[in-house]
Amino acid sequence: MAEHRWSRRGFIRAAGTAAAASALPLSVVEMAFADPARNFRIAYISDAHIQHIRGTQFVRNWDRGLIRAVAECNLLTPAPDFVVFGGDLAQLGTKEELDHGAEMLSALKYKTYHVMGEHDYYLDLGEYWSELFGPHWHSFDHKGVHFVILNSVLTYDDWTHNRWPSAQQRMLEMAGLDNPNGSPFMVGEKQREWLRKDLAAVDKSTPVVVFSHSPIQKIYKGWNFWTEDADEVQALLKPFRKPTVVYGHVHQIQYNQIGNIAFQAVMATAWPWPYPETYAQAEPDFPPITVPMNRANPFFERDATGWQGIDVEAGRVTLNYRLFNNTDRTIGFDPAKKRPVDRDFPDKDKRIPPQDHF
Amino acid sequence: MRRILTVAMAGVLVAGGLMAWMARADEFTTEDQERWQGEFMSVVKEGRALWTSGELGTNGVACAQCHPNAANTHPETYPKFQQQLGRVVPLRDMINWCLQHPLEGQALALDDPKMIALESYITYERRGVKLAPGKH
Ligand code: HEC
Repeated sequence: MAEHRWSRRGFIRAAGTAAAASALPLSVVEMAFADPARNFRIAYISDAHIQHIRGTQFVRNWDRGLIRAVAECNLLTPAPDFVVFGGDLAQLGTKEELDHGAEMLSALKYKTYHVMGEHDYYLDLGEYWSELFGPHWHSFDHKGVHFVILNSVLTYDDWTHNRWPSAQQRMLEMAGLDNPNGSPFMVGEKQREWLRKDLAAVDKSTPVVVFSHSPIQKIYKGWNFWTEDADEVQALLKPFRKPTVVYGHVHQIQYNQIGNIAFQAVMATAWPWPYPETYAQAEPDFPPITVPMNRANPFFERDATGWQGIDVEAGRVTLNYRLFNNTDRTIGFDPAKKRPVDRDFPDKDKRIPPQDHF
Repeated sequence: MRRILTVAMAGVLVAGGLMAWMARADEFTTEDQERWQGEFMSVVKEGRALWTSGELGTNGVACAQCHPNAANTHPETYPKFQQQLGRVVPLRDMINWCLQHPLEGQALALDDPKMIALESYITYERRGVKLAPGKH
């Protein structure tokens, strides 16, 4: 973990030493407005993929990622106003996995909001998850920002209800990222109608931050880096002056700007994913402005996993990626360029060899 | 006994000569090619099944969880120097490395049919990419 160049506001000072800081993993989100009374930060942990083996055994590697994220989060000073868990707490949606994950998350000292991931959903359609964590979608206001939590991992009813002989089979089919039997994610008509009504009550100058599991944009359908009704959801956000979508699922640094909507992805605590353009058989159609994370080194179990801190300046977010085995990255909205920019690697010729993915 | 053997051997020689005449080394048909490709693809299919299987290691984790469509395996760069192993290694050593670590499994013999199947699947997904031995 690098020195805390981004911690100009004393963010994560409590970590104190580099050693203590590198013992930490998760996403921290700092919201900073012109009015400092409205500055705040949140922490963002995502994609833990807690995986049950048998009895009391769980995959150690994924457990370690989440435990480390929670520990780091608890060291943040000043404390985040709240934490978001960005979905895919479980691997196959079982009670064992959700309970074990919830127990690890219960060590967090802060209020935690939850986003539904497909790995949480497709066994029992989110029923047990909901018992633990509440509604599948909702919104709330915090210090002048309107936050929306979506369940963006729904899909066609026919796939969900008529296609598979058992719930377990359905879960397994959706769990395979590259499985051709999967089905594209979507927010769906019912939830979009709810969102339309919810946003109708919000002033257009209010910053809106959406938390979803899938990208709410179309990146690569083959791995479901995709939301089927992304255009319709984007149309609902478009009238706002400063809309932002923070999403999980992709296990990598990714960002984009579509019209006035800024998009930024968060890291997984479990494992990294390759960029879709590295799949030799894929039809390339990818967000153009991403400076990728470094290629992962499998000899470091936690490489290319982590969490991020987010500043919001004048209603726009800056994510501070806290990477366990790597130099931290800071990517945030640049008002002059009107899009997210990587602070340390803004130009192509500044990039380093590990950022070259092939 | 010896006579019977001699006759039998003569028979083998004749049959052998006949076969050599029927199947010439430099000639094969489209059907042959299709059949050979089919043989290869059936091993690719086995490789894909192993790739997505939670049974290959001991902890239920599958290669596909981290390598969708075998991406990030870079077979075209092998053999190459692996910093942490301190020497030039073939792709199969890295297949075993991931099998032993993220999958907490046993290394496969380098000529194990499962190893061949995994390698077939990896290279098939990478078809069309230029060889780049040693590349990082
Ligand atoms: C926890 C995630 C994870 C799992 C599971 C995993 N790998 Fe890997 N593997 C990685 C990462 C990360 C790399 C480094 C990728 C890179 O070099 O860009 C890697 C590298 C490799 C490489 C060498 C790639 C190169 O560029 O030199 C091979 C081959 C490989 N893995 C095969 C496998 C096989 C076979 C399995 C299943 C037995 C497997 N992996 C399971 C994470 C994983």
